[in-house]
Amino acid sequence: MTVKRRSNAPRKSAKRRAASAKEGFAQFMKRAYAMELEASARYADFSDQMEIANNREVAELFRKLAGIEKLHAKKILEQMGWKTPPTDLEPFRWEGLEGPETGEHSDLHYLMQPYHALQIALRNEERAAQFFASVARRKLPRAVLDAAHEMAEEEREHVELVKAWMARVPKPERGWDVDLDPPNVND
Amino acid sequence: MTAVAAVAYTPQSYKSEVKPVWCPGCGDYSVLSAVTKALAKLELPPEQVAVVSGIGCSSRIPAYTRCYGFHGVHGRALAAATGLKVARPDLTVIAAGGDGDGYSIGGNHFLHACRRNVDMTYIVMDNRVYGMTKGQPSPTTEPDWDSKLSPHGTGLREFHPLVIALASGANFIARAFSGDPNGCADLIVQAIRTPGFSFVEVLSPCVTFRPEQRDWKTMAHPASVAPTDDPARAARRLMTDDGFNIGILYAGSRTPYRRAEAPRVATSALEQEFAL
Repeated sequence: MTVKRRSNAPRKSAKRRAASAKEGFAQFMKRAYAMELEASARYADFSDQMEIANNREVAELFRKLAGIEKLHAKKILEQMGWKTPPTDLEPFRWEGLEGPETGEHSDLHYLMQPYHALQIALRNEERAAQFFASVARRKLPRAVLDAAHEMAEEEREHVELVKAWMARVPKPERGWDVDLDPPNVND
Repeated sequence: MTAVAAVAYTPQSYKSEVKPVWCPGCGDYSVLSAVTKALAKLELPPEQVAVVSGIGCSSRIPAYTRCYGFHGVHGRALAAATGLKVARPDLTVIAAGGDGDGYSIGGNHFLHACRRNVDMTYIVMDNRVYGMTKGQPSPTTEPDWDSKLSPHGTGLREFHPLVIALASGANFIARAFSGDPNGCADLIVQAIRTPGFSFVEVLSPCVTFRPEQRDWKTMAHPASVAPTDDPARAARRLMTDDGFNIGILYAGSRTPYRRAEAPRVATSALEQEFAL
Protein backbone atom coordinates (compact mmCIF):
# COMPACT_ATOMS: atom_id res chain seq x y z
CA MET A 1 0.00 0.00 0.00
CA THR A 2 1.31 3.43 -0.83
CA VAL A 3 0.82 6.29 1.56
CA LYS A 4 0.07 9.63 -0.02
CA ARG A 5 1.86 12.59 1.52
CA ARG A 6 -0.44 15.55 2.08
CA SER A 7 2.05 18.17 0.94
CA ASN A 8 5.37 18.46 -0.77
CA ALA A 9 6.95 19.95 2.32
CA PRO A 10 9.37 17.61 4.09
CA ARG A 11 7.77 16.05 7.17
CA LYS A 12 9.28 16.98 10.47
CA SER A 13 10.41 14.21 12.75
CA ALA A 14 8.76 13.97 16.18
CA LYS A 15 12.02 15.09 17.75
CA ARG A 16 12.21 18.19 15.54
CA ARG A 17 8.57 18.99 16.21
CA ALA A 18 9.18 18.80 19.96
CA ALA A 19 12.25 21.04 19.65
CA SER A 20 10.33 23.56 17.57
CA ALA A 21 7.44 23.55 20.08
CA LYS A 22 9.90 24.12 22.92
CA GLU A 23 11.45 27.01 21.03
CA GLY A 24 8.02 28.47 20.32
CA PHE A 25 7.13 28.27 24.00
CA ALA A 26 10.38 30.02 25.05
CA GLN A 27 9.74 32.70 22.43
CA PHE A 28 6.22 33.26 23.74
CA MET A 29 7.45 33.53 27.33
CA LYS A 30 10.11 36.05 26.23
CA ARG A 31 7.36 38.11 24.67
CA ALA A 32 5.30 37.93 27.87
CA TYR A 33 8.39 38.93 29.84
CA ALA A 34 9.06 41.89 27.49
CA MET A 35 5.46 42.98 27.88
CA GLU A 36 5.60 43.00 31.70
CA LEU A 37 8.97 44.72 31.68
CA GLU A 38 7.82 47.46 29.30
CA ALA A 39 4.69 48.01 31.40
CA SER A 40 6.76 48.26 34.59
CA ALA A 41 9.22 50.71 33.05
CA ARG A 42 6.38 52.90 31.80
CA TYR A 43 4.64 53.00 35.20
CA ALA A 44 7.99 53.94 36.76
CA ASP A 45 8.30 56.76 34.18
CA PHE A 46 4.77 57.90 35.05
CA SER A 47 5.64 57.88 38.72
CA ASP A 48 8.70 60.08 38.08
CA GLN A 49 6.58 62.50 36.07
CA MET A 50 4.01 62.79 38.83
CA GLU A 51 6.71 63.27 41.44
CA ILE A 52 8.13 66.18 39.45
CA ALA A 53 4.60 67.63 39.19
CA ASN A 54 4.34 67.26 42.99
CA ASN A 55 1.36 64.92 42.62
CA ARG A 56 2.65 62.54 45.27
CA GLU A 57 -0.44 60.40 45.72
CA VAL A 58 -0.58 59.42 42.06
CA ALA A 59 3.22 59.07 41.93
CA GLU A 60 3.03 56.53 44.74
CA LEU A 61 0.24 54.64 43.01
CA PHE A 62 2.19 54.43 39.74
CA ARG A 63 5.25 53.27 41.69
CA LYS A 64 3.14 50.47 43.18
CA LEU A 65 1.88 49.47 39.74
CA ALA A 66 5.48 49.44 38.44
CA GLY A 67 6.40 47.12 41.30
CA ILE A 68 3.50 44.77 40.55
CA GLU A 69 4.45 44.48 36.87
CA LYS A 70 8.07 43.90 37.85
CA LEU A 71 6.95 41.03 40.07
CA HIS A 72 5.07 39.52 37.12
CA ALA A 73 8.22 39.75 35.00
CA LYS A 74 10.22 38.11 37.80
CA LYS A 75 7.68 35.33 38.02
CA ILE A 76 8.22 34.53 34.34
CA LEU A 77 11.98 34.43 34.87
CA GLU A 78 11.53 31.96 37.73
CA GLN A 79 8.99 29.88 35.85
CA MET A 80 11.37 29.53 32.90
CA GLY A 81 14.42 28.98 35.09
CA TRP A 82 16.20 31.91 33.41
CA LYS A 83 18.98 32.99 35.73
CA THR A 84 19.49 36.25 33.82
CA PRO A 85 16.86 38.18 31.87
CA PRO A 86 16.77 37.35 28.15
CA THR A 87 18.62 39.99 26.18
CA ASP A 88 17.13 39.39 22.72
CA LEU A 89 13.87 41.25 23.41
CA GLU A 90 14.29 44.18 21.04
CA PRO A 91 12.83 42.78 17.81
CA PHE A 92 9.38 42.30 19.37
CA ARG A 93 6.67 44.20 17.60
CA TRP A 94 3.17 44.46 18.94
CA GLU A 95 -0.10 44.79 17.11
CA GLY A 96 -0.40 48.34 18.42
CA LEU A 97 2.41 50.87 18.71
CA GLU A 98 3.49 49.51 22.08
CA GLY A 99 3.02 46.48 24.29
CA PRO A 100 -0.61 45.71 25.18
CA GLU A 101 0.02 46.45 28.85
CA THR A 102 1.89 49.74 28.34
CA GLY A 103 0.21 53.03 29.18
CA GLU A 104 0.49 56.04 26.89
CA HIS A 105 2.42 59.12 27.95
CA SER A 106 -0.27 61.38 26.53
CA ASP A 107 -2.82 60.01 29.02
CA LEU A 108 -1.16 61.82 31.92
CA HIS A 109 -2.26 65.11 33.40
CA TYR A 110 -0.43 66.88 36.20
CA LEU A 111 -3.67 67.20 38.21
CA MET A 112 -4.84 63.63 37.63
CA GLN A 113 -6.18 61.69 40.57
CA PRO A 114 -5.71 58.06 41.69
CA TYR A 115 -8.94 57.14 39.91
CA HIS A 116 -7.47 58.30 36.60
CA ALA A 117 -4.30 56.31 37.20
CA LEU A 118 -6.43 53.23 37.87
CA GLN A 119 -8.39 53.88 34.67
CA ILE A 120 -5.08 53.67 32.79
CA ALA A 121 -4.21 50.47 34.65
CA LEU A 122 -7.62 49.00 33.87
CA ARG A 123 -7.25 49.68 30.14
CA ASN A 124 -3.80 48.11 30.20
CA GLU A 125 -4.97 44.96 32.01
CA GLU A 126 -7.94 44.61 29.66
CA ARG A 127 -5.69 44.90 26.62
CA ALA A 128 -3.27 42.35 28.10
CA ALA A 129 -6.13 39.90 28.73
CA GLN A 130 -7.33 40.35 25.13
CA PHE A 131 -3.79 39.84 23.82
CA PHE A 132 -3.28 36.54 25.62
CA ALA A 133 -6.79 35.38 24.77
CA SER A 134 -6.10 36.06 21.09
CA VAL A 135 -2.85 34.08 21.27
CA ALA A 136 -4.75 31.22 22.92
CA ARG A 137 -7.07 31.07 19.88
CA ARG A 138 -4.25 30.64 17.35
CA LYS A 139 -2.85 27.42 15.95
CA LEU A 140 0.21 27.14 18.16
CA PRO A 141 1.99 24.40 20.13
CA ARG A 142 0.00 23.07 23.09
CA ALA A 143 2.47 24.50 25.66
CA VAL A 144 2.03 28.00 24.22
CA LEU A 145 -1.77 27.71 24.20
CA ASP A 146 -1.81 26.49 27.81
CA ALA A 147 0.45 29.33 28.94
CA ALA A 148 -1.60 31.89 26.98
CA HIS A 149 -4.83 30.58 28.55
CA GLU A 150 -3.29 30.82 32.00
CA MET A 151 -1.99 34.34 31.40
CA ALA A 152 -5.29 35.54 29.93
CA GLU A 153 -6.98 34.21 33.06
CA GLU A 154 -4.45 35.99 35.29
CA GLU A 155 -4.93 39.26 33.42
CA ARG A 156 -8.72 38.94 33.79
CA GLU A 157 -8.18 38.53 37.54
CA HIS A 158 -6.10 41.72 37.47
CA VAL A 159 -8.93 43.50 35.68
CA GLU A 160 -11.25 42.56 38.55
CA LEU A 161 -8.66 43.61 41.13
CA VAL A 162 -8.24 47.01 39.51
CA LYS A 163 -12.02 47.44 39.33
CA ALA A 164 -12.26 46.64 43.04
CA TRP A 165 -9.49 49.13 43.71
CA MET A 166 -11.35 51.78 41.70
CA ALA A 167 -14.45 51.24 43.78
CA ARG A 168 -12.44 52.22 46.85
CA VAL A 169 -11.07 55.53 45.58
CA PRO A 170 -13.17 58.66 45.09
CA LYS A 171 -14.37 59.41 41.59
CA PRO A 172 -13.00 62.74 40.37
CA GLU A 173 -15.46 65.59 40.56
CA ARG A 174 -16.27 67.80 37.60
CA GLY A 175 -13.57 70.38 37.04
CA TRP A 176 -10.82 68.22 38.54
CA ASP A 177 -8.41 69.66 35.96
CA VAL A 178 -9.20 73.30 36.67
CA ASP A 179 -6.09 75.10 37.87
CA LEU A 180 -6.43 78.67 39.12
CA ASP A 181 -2.76 79.24 38.35
CA PRO A 182 -2.18 77.11 35.27
CA PRO A 183 1.27 76.62 33.78
CA ASN A 184 0.13 77.73 30.34
CA VAL A 185 -0.94 81.24 31.29
CA ASN A 186 0.86 83.69 29.03
CA ASP A 187 -0.24 87.07 30.31
CA MET B 1 45.34 36.40 28.92
CA THR B 2 42.53 38.22 30.69
CA ALA B 3 39.04 37.57 29.39
CA VAL B 4 36.93 40.71 29.15
CA ALA B 5 33.25 40.12 29.81
CA ALA B 6 30.96 41.70 27.24
CA VAL B 7 28.83 44.51 28.71
CA ALA B 8 25.11 44.06 28.19
CA TYR B 9 23.66 47.51 27.60
CA THR B 10 20.01 48.19 28.38
CA PRO B 11 18.11 51.46 27.87
CA GLN B 12 18.64 52.08 31.59
CA SER B 13 22.42 52.11 31.00
CA TYR B 14 22.00 55.45 29.21
CA LYS B 15 19.62 57.17 31.63
CA SER B 16 21.10 59.57 34.16
CA GLU B 17 19.98 60.07 37.74
CA VAL B 18 18.42 63.41 36.78
CA LYS B 19 14.67 63.18 36.41
CA PRO B 20 13.17 65.05 33.45
CA VAL B 21 11.15 68.14 34.34
CA TRP B 22 8.98 68.07 31.24
CA CYS B 23 5.22 68.39 31.76
CA PRO B 24 3.44 65.09 32.45
CA GLY B 25 2.18 63.78 29.12
CA CYS B 26 4.90 65.52 27.06
CA GLY B 27 6.04 63.58 23.99
CA ASP B 28 9.70 64.24 24.83
CA TYR B 29 9.61 61.50 27.49
CA SER B 30 9.05 58.96 24.73
CA VAL B 31 11.83 60.45 22.62
CA LEU B 32 14.24 60.10 25.55
CA SER B 33 13.10 56.50 25.89
CA ALA B 34 13.58 55.94 22.13
CA VAL B 35 17.10 57.41 22.20
CA THR B 36 18.15 55.15 25.09
CA LYS B 37 16.58 52.11 23.38
CA ALA B 38 18.42 52.94 20.16
CA LEU B 39 21.78 53.30 21.91
CA ALA B 40 21.22 49.99 23.71
CA LYS B 41 20.40 48.30 20.43
CA LEU B 42 23.60 49.68 18.91
CA GLU B 43 25.52 48.59 22.04
CA LEU B 44 27.37 51.89 22.11
CA PRO B 45 29.30 52.54 25.32
CA PRO B 46 27.84 55.72 26.89
CA GLU B 47 31.29 57.31 26.99
CA GLN B 48 31.54 57.02 23.20
CA VAL B 49 28.36 58.99 22.61
CA ALA B 50 27.84 62.76 22.88
CA VAL B 51 24.43 64.40 23.01
CA VAL B 52 24.52 68.09 22.09
CA SER B 53 21.60 70.50 22.33
CA GLY B 54 20.59 74.14 22.18
CA ILE B 55 17.85 75.78 24.26
CA GLY B 56 14.25 74.80 24.86
CA CYS B 57 12.25 72.13 26.67
CA SER B 58 13.53 69.29 24.49
CA SER B 59 17.08 70.66 24.61
CA ARG B 60 17.29 69.52 28.21
CA ILE B 61 17.81 66.00 26.93
CA PRO B 62 21.62 65.76 27.39
CA ALA B 63 21.20 66.03 31.17
CA TYR B 64 18.91 63.02 31.19
CA THR B 65 21.45 60.70 29.60
CA ARG B 66 24.68 59.23 30.92
CA CYS B 67 26.48 60.06 27.67
CA TYR B 68 28.73 63.07 27.24
CA GLY B 69 26.47 66.08 26.98
CA PHE B 70 26.65 69.70 25.92
CA HIS B 71 23.69 71.99 26.60
CA GLY B 72 24.74 74.85 24.37
CA VAL B 73 23.35 78.21 23.31
CA HIS B 74 20.08 78.78 21.52
CA GLY B 75 20.06 77.46 17.96
CA ARG B 76 23.71 76.44 18.04
CA ALA B 77 23.41 72.71 18.76
CA LEU B 78 24.46 71.82 15.21
CA ALA B 79 27.42 74.19 15.22
CA ALA B 80 28.75 72.67 18.45
CA ALA B 81 27.97 69.13 17.30
CA THR B 82 29.73 69.68 13.96
CA GLY B 83 32.85 70.95 15.71
CA LEU B 84 32.81 68.04 18.10
CA LYS B 85 32.40 65.42 15.38
CA VAL B 86 35.15 66.91 13.24
CA ALA B 87 37.51 67.05 16.21
CA ARG B 88 36.52 63.65 17.57
CA PRO B 89 35.34 61.49 14.65
CA ASP B 90 35.49 58.43 16.91
CA LEU B 91 32.45 59.65 18.90
CA THR B 92 28.83 59.03 17.94
CA VAL B 93 27.40 62.53 17.93
CA ILE B 94 23.70 63.20 18.36
CA ALA B 95 22.34 66.74 18.21
CA ALA B 96 18.86 67.26 19.61
CA GLY B 97 16.38 70.04 20.21
CA GLY B 98 13.07 71.54 19.28
CA ASP B 99 11.50 73.19 16.25
CA GLY B 100 12.10 76.75 17.44
CA ASP B 101 15.71 76.10 18.32
CA GLY B 102 16.43 74.16 15.15
CA TYR B 103 14.42 75.89 12.44
CA SER B 104 14.26 79.49 13.58
CA ILE B 105 17.13 80.57 15.79
CA GLY B 106 19.27 77.76 14.40
CA GLY B 107 17.74 77.75 10.92
CA ASN B 108 20.89 78.77 9.13
CA HIS B 109 22.96 76.15 10.96
CA PHE B 110 20.36 73.56 9.95
CA LEU B 111 20.79 74.36 6.23
CA HIS B 112 24.55 74.20 6.38
CA ALA B 113 24.70 71.11 8.58
CA CYS B 114 22.64 69.33 5.90
CA ARG B 115 24.96 70.71 3.22
CA ARG B 116 28.16 69.76 5.03
CA ASN B 117 26.93 66.21 5.61
CA VAL B 118 29.10 65.60 8.67
CA ASP B 119 28.44 62.13 10.08
CA MET B 120 25.99 62.79 12.90
CA THR B 121 22.32 62.48 13.76
CA TYR B 122 20.00 65.40 14.39
CA ILE B 123 16.78 64.69 16.29
CA VAL B 124 14.19 67.45 16.32
CA MET B 125 11.28 67.11 18.73
CA ASP B 126 8.70 69.14 16.82
CA ASN B 127 5.64 70.32 18.76
CA ARG B 128 4.99 73.36 16.58
CA VAL B 129 5.25 75.79 19.49
CA TYR B 130 7.76 77.51 21.76
CA GLY B 131 6.80 75.70 24.97
CA MET B 132 9.50 76.89 27.33
CA THR B 133 8.70 80.55 26.73
CA LYS B 134 4.96 79.99 27.14
CA GLY B 135 3.46 79.21 23.79
CA GLN B 136 4.56 81.51 20.99
CA PRO B 137 4.12 80.21 17.43
CA SER B 138 7.23 78.57 16.01
CA PRO B 139 8.31 78.15 12.37
CA THR B 140 6.28 74.93 12.04
CA THR B 141 3.09 76.31 13.64
CA GLU B 142 0.06 76.17 11.38
CA PRO B 143 -0.87 79.63 9.98
CA ASP B 144 -4.36 79.50 11.49
CA TRP B 145 -3.41 78.40 15.02
CA ASP B 146 -5.39 80.85 17.10
CA SER B 147 -3.94 81.60 20.52
CA LYS B 148 -3.70 84.45 22.94
CA LEU B 149 -0.24 85.26 21.66
CA SER B 150 -1.21 84.91 18.01
CA PRO B 151 -4.84 86.02 17.69
CA HIS B 152 -6.41 84.59 14.49
CA GLY B 153 -3.12 82.83 13.75
CA THR B 154 0.09 84.11 12.26
CA GLY B 155 -1.12 83.80 8.68
CA LEU B 156 2.39 82.66 7.82
CA ARG B 157 3.16 79.58 5.79
CA GLU B 158 4.80 76.82 7.86
CA PHE B 159 8.44 75.87 7.44
CA HIS B 160 8.83 72.42 5.85
CA PRO B 161 11.92 70.98 7.53
CA LEU B 162 12.06 67.69 5.63
CA VAL B 163 11.87 69.40 2.24
CA ILE B 164 14.52 71.91 3.32
CA ALA B 165 16.73 69.10 4.63
CA LEU B 166 16.48 67.27 1.31
CA ALA B 167 17.17 70.38 -0.74
CA SER B 168 20.14 71.23 1.47
CA GLY B 169 21.77 67.82 1.15
CA ALA B 170 20.92 65.75 4.25
CA ASN B 171 21.78 62.13 3.57
CA PHE B 172 19.03 60.50 5.64
CA ILE B 173 15.60 61.93 6.34
CA ALA B 174 12.96 60.31 8.52
CA ARG B 175 9.86 61.26 10.44
CA ALA B 176 8.95 59.54 13.70
CA PHE B 177 6.14 59.88 16.23
CA SER B 178 6.74 60.01 19.97
CA GLY B 179 3.66 57.85 20.56
CA ASP B 180 5.57 55.02 18.88
CA PRO B 181 8.79 54.92 20.93
CA ASN B 182 9.83 51.50 19.57
CA GLY B 183 9.39 52.63 15.97
CA CYS B 184 11.14 55.90 16.80
CA ALA B 185 14.05 53.93 18.33
CA ASP B 186 14.35 51.89 15.11
CA LEU B 187 14.52 55.06 13.01
CA ILE B 188 17.18 56.53 15.30
CA VAL B 189 19.20 53.31 15.01
CA GLN B 190 19.08 53.54 11.22
CA ALA B 191 19.88 57.25 11.31
CA ILE B 192 23.00 56.62 13.42
CA ARG B 193 24.05 53.70 11.23
CA THR B 194 23.74 55.72 8.02
CA PRO B 195 26.94 57.65 7.31
CA GLY B 196 26.59 61.40 6.87
CA PHE B 197 24.06 63.87 8.23
CA SER B 198 20.91 62.07 9.35
CA PHE B 199 17.84 64.05 10.23
CA VAL B 200 14.99 62.59 12.28
CA GLU B 201 11.98 64.81 12.80
CA VAL B 202 9.88 63.51 15.69
CA LEU B 203 6.28 64.64 16.10
CA SER B 204 6.28 65.20 19.85
CA PRO B 205 3.08 66.73 21.27
CA CYS B 206 3.11 69.65 23.69
CA VAL B 207 0.17 68.78 25.93
CA THR B 208 0.37 72.07 27.82
CA PHE B 209 0.20 74.65 25.04
CA ARG B 210 -1.14 72.47 22.22
CA PRO B 211 -3.43 69.94 23.99
CA GLU B 212 -5.12 69.25 20.65
CA GLN B 213 -1.89 67.50 19.61
CA ARG B 214 -2.97 64.53 21.76
CA ASP B 215 -4.95 63.62 18.62
CA TRP B 216 -1.74 63.03 16.69
CA LYS B 217 -1.94 59.43 17.84
CA THR B 218 -4.90 58.98 15.50
CA MET B 219 -3.24 60.90 12.68
CA ALA B 220 0.30 59.47 12.51
CA HIS B 221 0.54 56.56 10.09
CA PRO B 222 3.33 54.50 8.53
CA ALA B 223 4.58 55.81 5.19
CA SER B 224 2.90 53.74 2.51
CA VAL B 225 5.94 53.75 0.25
CA ALA B 226 9.42 52.26 0.63
CA PRO B 227 12.34 54.60 1.35
CA THR B 228 13.93 56.04 -1.76
CA ASP B 229 17.49 57.07 -2.60
CA ASP B 230 16.27 59.22 -5.48
CA PRO B 231 16.17 62.88 -4.35
CA ALA B 232 13.70 63.84 -7.09
CA ARG B 233 11.23 61.16 -6.05
CA ALA B 234 11.77 62.03 -2.36
CA ALA B 235 11.11 65.71 -3.15
CA ARG B 236 7.82 64.89 -4.86
CA ARG B 237 6.78 62.76 -1.90
CA LEU B 238 7.74 65.34 0.68
CA MET B 239 6.03 68.18 -1.16
CA THR B 240 2.75 66.28 -1.18
CA ASP B 241 3.21 64.74 2.25
CA ASP B 242 0.40 65.15 4.83
CA GLY B 243 2.94 65.77 7.58
CA PHE B 244 2.06 62.54 9.41
CA ASN B 245 3.86 59.94 7.28
CA ILE B 246 6.12 57.98 9.61
CA GLY B 247 9.24 56.21 8.40
CA ILE B 248 12.40 56.72 6.38
CA LEU B 249 11.52 59.15 3.62
CA TYR B 250 14.94 59.46 2.01
CA ALA B 251 18.19 57.52 2.41
CA GLY B 252 20.98 58.66 0.10
CA SER B 253 24.58 57.65 -0.37
CA ARG B 254 26.51 60.93 -0.28
CA THR B 255 30.00 60.60 1.07
CA PRO B 256 30.16 62.21 4.51
CA TYR B 257 32.40 65.20 5.09
CA ARG B 258 35.97 64.34 5.98
CA ARG B 259 38.41 66.91 7.21
CA ALA B 260 41.12 67.48 4.62
CA GLU B 261 44.39 66.26 6.03
CA ALA B 262 47.16 68.84 5.92
CA PRO B 263 50.15 67.48 4.00
CA ARG B 264 52.58 65.98 6.48
CA VAL B 265 56.28 66.57 6.15
CA ALA B 266 58.73 64.12 7.64
CA THR B 267 61.31 65.57 10.04
CA SER B 268 64.08 64.20 7.84
CA ALA B 269 62.73 66.22 4.91
CA LEU B 270 62.79 69.38 7.02
CA GLU B 271 66.33 68.64 8.11
CA GLN B 272 67.33 68.28 4.48
CA GLU B 273 65.72 71.61 3.67
CA PHE B 274 67.74 73.40 6.32
CA ALA B 275 70.93 71.47 5.82
CA LEU B 276 73.91 73.74 5.56
